[in-house]
Amino acid sequence: MDFLRPASWEEALAAKAEHPTAVPIAGGTDVMVEINFDHRRPEYLLDLNRVELLRDWEAGEENVRLGASVTYTQIMEQLRAELPGLALASHTVASPQIRNRGGVGGNLGTASPAGDAHPALLAAGAEVEVESVRGSRFIPIDEFYTGVKRNALQPDELIKTVHIKKADGPQQYSKVGTRNAMVIAVCAFGLALHPETRTVRTGIGSAAPTPVRAKEAEEFLNAALEEGGFWDNGKIITPSIAKQFADLASAACNPIDDVRGTARYRRHAVGIMARRTLGWTWEQYRSTGATLEGAA
Amino acid sequence: MAPNTRTTPAGTPTNVTQKHARGGIGESTLRPDGTLKVTGEFAYSSDMWHEDMLWGHTLRSTVAHAEIASIDISEALATAGVYAVLTYDDLPAKMKNYGLEIQDTPVLANGRVRHHGEPVALVAADHPETARRAAAKIKIDYRELPLVTDEASALAEDAPLLHPGRDDHHSGHVPHPNIVHRQPIIRGDAAEAAKKADVIVTGEYVFGMQDQAFLGPESGLAVPSEDGGVDLYVATQWLHSDLRQIAPVLGLPEEKVRMTLSGVGGAFGGREDISMQIHACLLALRTGKPVKMVYNRFESFFGHVHRHPAKLRYEHGATKDGKITHMKCRIVLDGGAYASASPAVVGNASSLSVGPYVIDNVDIEAVALYTNNPPCGAMRGFGAVQACFAYEAQMDKLAAKLGMDPVEFRRLNAMEQGAIMPTGQVVDSPAPVAELLRRVKARPMPPERQWETAGEGADVRALPGGLSNTTHGEGVVRGVGYAVGIKNVGFSEGFDDYSTARVRLEVINGEPVAMVHTAMAEVGQGGVTVHAQIARTELGVTQVTIHPADTQVGSAGSTSASRQTYMTGGAVKNTCEAVREKVLEIGRRKYGSYHPAWATAELLLESGKVVTDGGEVLADLGELLEDESVDLELEFRHRPTQAFDLVTGQGDGHVQYTFAAHRAVVEVDTELGLVKVIELACAQDVGKALNMLSVVGQIQGGTTQGLGVAVMEEIIVDPKTAKVRNPSFTDYLIPTILDTPTMPVDVLELADPNAPYGLRGLGEAPTLSSTPAVLAAIRNATGLELNKTPVRPEHLTGTL
Repeated sequence: MDFLRPASWEEALAAKAEHPTAVPIAGGTDVMVEINFDHRRPEYLLDLNRVELLRDWEAGEENVRLGASVTYTQIMEQLRAELPGLALASHTVASPQIRNRGGVGGNLGTASPAGDAHPALLAAGAEVEVESVRGSRFIPIDEFYTGVKRNALQPDELIKTVHIKKADGPQQYSKVGTRNAMVIAVCAFGLALHPETRTVRTGIGSAAPTPVRAKEAEEFLNAALEEGGFWDNGKIITPSIAKQFADLASAACNPIDDVRGTARYRRHAVGIMARRTLGWTWEQYRSTGATLEGAA
Repeated sequence: MAPNTRTTPAGTPTNVTQKHARGGIGESTLRPDGTLKVTGEFAYSSDMWHEDMLWGHTLRSTVAHAEIASIDISEALATAGVYAVLTYDDLPAKMKNYGLEIQDTPVLANGRVRHHGEPVALVAADHPETARRAAAKIKIDYRELPLVTDEASALAEDAPLLHPGRDDHHSGHVPHPNIVHRQPIIRGDAAEAAKKADVIVTGEYVFGMQDQAFLGPESGLAVPSEDGGVDLYVATQWLHSDLRQIAPVLGLPEEKVRMTLSGVGGAFGGREDISMQIHACLLALRTGKPVKMVYNRFESFFGHVHRHPAKLRYEHGATKDGKITHMKCRIVLDGGAYASASPAVVGNASSLSVGPYVIDNVDIEAVALYTNNPPCGAMRGFGAVQACFAYEAQMDKLAAKLGMDPVEFRRLNAMEQGAIMPTGQVVDSPAPVAELLRRVKARPMPPERQWETAGEGADVRALPGGLSNTTHGEGVVRGVGYAVGIKNVGFSEGFDDYSTARVRLEVINGEPVAMVHTAMAEVGQGGVTVHAQIARTELGVTQVTIHPADTQVGSAGSTSASRQTYMTGGAVKNTCEAVREKVLEIGRRKYGSYHPAWATAELLLESGKVVTDGGEVLADLGELLEDESVDLELEFRHRPTQAFDLVTGQGDGHVQYTFAAHRAVVEVDTELGLVKVIELACAQDVGKALNMLSVVGQIQGGTTQGLGVAVMEEIIVDPKTAKVRNPSFTDYLIPTILDTPTMPVDVLELADPNAPYGLRGLGEAPTLSSTPAVLAAIRNATGLELNKTPVRPEHLTGTL
């Protein structure tokens, strides 16, 4: 196994162009597990730790430009206001040691349906900036996940940044695991209210071959909120609307039975989390009408 | 002076004659290994290194049951850096098997594999990765055989026999060759007594396969020696038991296999069986080079036995006024492919199946099966855990049916000193079962809704789901549950259970120093701490050196069965007493004529001096011993036990009984089926706490291990393939600190007159009652029956 250590982003792109099978490694919290367990033996490892720009983030007017290697700890500590959903998701990632190393770029690169960041990215709305020696492009997060542990990257491309919409309303994130910390998601749910566009976006993790949005649930809720004038009157969402939303979220799942949980439980739990996160975000919206940090 | 060996009469009661010594028994002295472990500097067995050493690797079967049609090692052997590839054909001695009680486990598969992960071939190479890659080049042609995975398939008419032609000492009395051992216990007349019952409850319970999950995986270093023997440095639980199994397979006399204990990262029963010991020695002897073997976590799940999964069927009856009339039970333990400790686990499960209750009429049967599932054997609690889970559920059911408080119902039927066990054995030392229950019940309840904060949000760390942020209080219901259990201490059923201690007292630079040498495996239980305390107390010295544990001294028995403080602690005490007597003899010889007290007074050793019990100093040890040392090696035995009758189960089978009770307070998110254990309070009688800090640590550790199997821990074996589905800490979950509740501990010290210092073995009892207490609390919160452990979210939400 050859270990490539580019000193700059340009060198990294050149290395990836020359060795398209090279596996990028940053925090190593995913790749090293795979290697240690002998699940994969890449010909080349492409170490991105010397590429400074991947560790920067910047909050603009509309978006946060998040470098692929910005750690979950940084997101939790520094981006709680701008990215409350992702900050909550970051809280649930593994242990403090792992959160000090791992970043969103790794979650996207692996594209496991169980990656903790995905539901938050889907709910907030994001674009993944990828680049190769041929140039750069933005991939909408909805089009990024193409299959089980597959994404829309070309072999010569690297993930540079993620442009995530800054929160314009409350966001929440819930994840079910069978212990109270350091656990892989049995399933997860992210929800973001977007008062500016009067829409709700969602993300489901670990309950389908890829991370997915519960689009029918979103459409139903958008219409119901509009129809009832909820965005203006700030009334409590009626239980029947919440229930319908939860049922549609469950229906958006396409889960499997595995050692971590049954398909039936995953559908059930996603419904519960959808109802609860809607309740929490809506309560926050009603009481403040503004963006707040995650309550947890 | 050469050490000599002497045996004390069995069960001689001994009293403390020595006065309090600084750092002696009863003090919470700190562990010598504590700081090193916390700071990461402790050298574990996996940290060893030797110049020129090779790395050993084990190739394991990828299927659970198959004939091996052929093995082709040529490509592996041709790999650069590979020094040896061994299969069954390379085994050097006539003896090819090993085993704790029944030698049914092949060192390397002999034409047939019986479980997923069974060792088939060994590779030694100059780099661990080279060894691993070479092993991957070994071609094995498996012809799969039908699987035995449960009682039905084990006893079916055309069932494949796991060990055809077996001739072990249980084979003659078992009803089927796929049953390792069967133990019935009959006392009174359960059928007749059932007629007098006003209420009868029955239940079927399922206990999942728990792993010991020790943090330091199996590892060791074998160094060939010039005399054709081998020096083995290894993390184990019982050096001499390993030795007895290793030497015959190597074709060496035991004195040519010298074993030294290396740093052990936890055990919990999982190191009672051989893992890499023989393999490393074989490779070292073959290559003439030191060989190190270290399992990774994945391999570790296949490298040691697990706790027996069990199916338990119980029937209890009681009268209207709450007295239990009878109990019938049948316990089926899955022993997996090889016997390991299964026979003894059957003995425990049957003889302790009644719990700490007085029930005069019982009809008990326990069996262990041979199957193609992973082999199961010793784990903390050893057969008593599975039974306790079931009988405590039954107690709650009975109480509910009678409309009685579950604790009061238990207290009404609790055994006391003088009670008769179903085996006929009289419980002849304190059995404060009712008092333990009273104490946990009397504790104040932890405050409600602890997740509420002064600010706006909920503190999710205090809620079910924890950091995963699944509830802010929605769906959360509190439940409270109680349980109590009974465990035996020491090796039972007539086993000649002894420990050896060598103690040397000498004067170095004017100061008396005691050296304690035993073969006791320090696996984290704190034995070395306690040995130094005992030596200080018994010899009145400050300085105690603990010699590394090895086979150059007699056996210390196993670090298991809650026995080491009793047994090797007892041996250290016993030898120290003999050393003291010898010192006093020397003193009498030298100075007896100068002072009448040498002949008349009770003499003690205190602060390096011989003193009378009145405190008068008679001699200084430095002057008394000069450059002489007193060096003795003695064996210590507990009082003998008897085998259980194979038909009636009668017999004084156990050495000592030990009891613990728990109250669990849980909060359950009833919609998501997630559980947060808020508090697990324990009360336990330890007879005498030699080191209270260690005592509390043991109780909290055992409690946590019981919690683990209540709500998350389980090795999942696919019933269609008998393959393990979750051999990693990603999917075999053990409690984190956020899953670990506050654990208030209430320690009773009611002396057992038969035991050294009156102490009672304590390490296992809390593991018993913790699990059923948590289950009872979850049942209390949800109203669900819950007959299986671990409880999964699916069980609580009806989404299996």
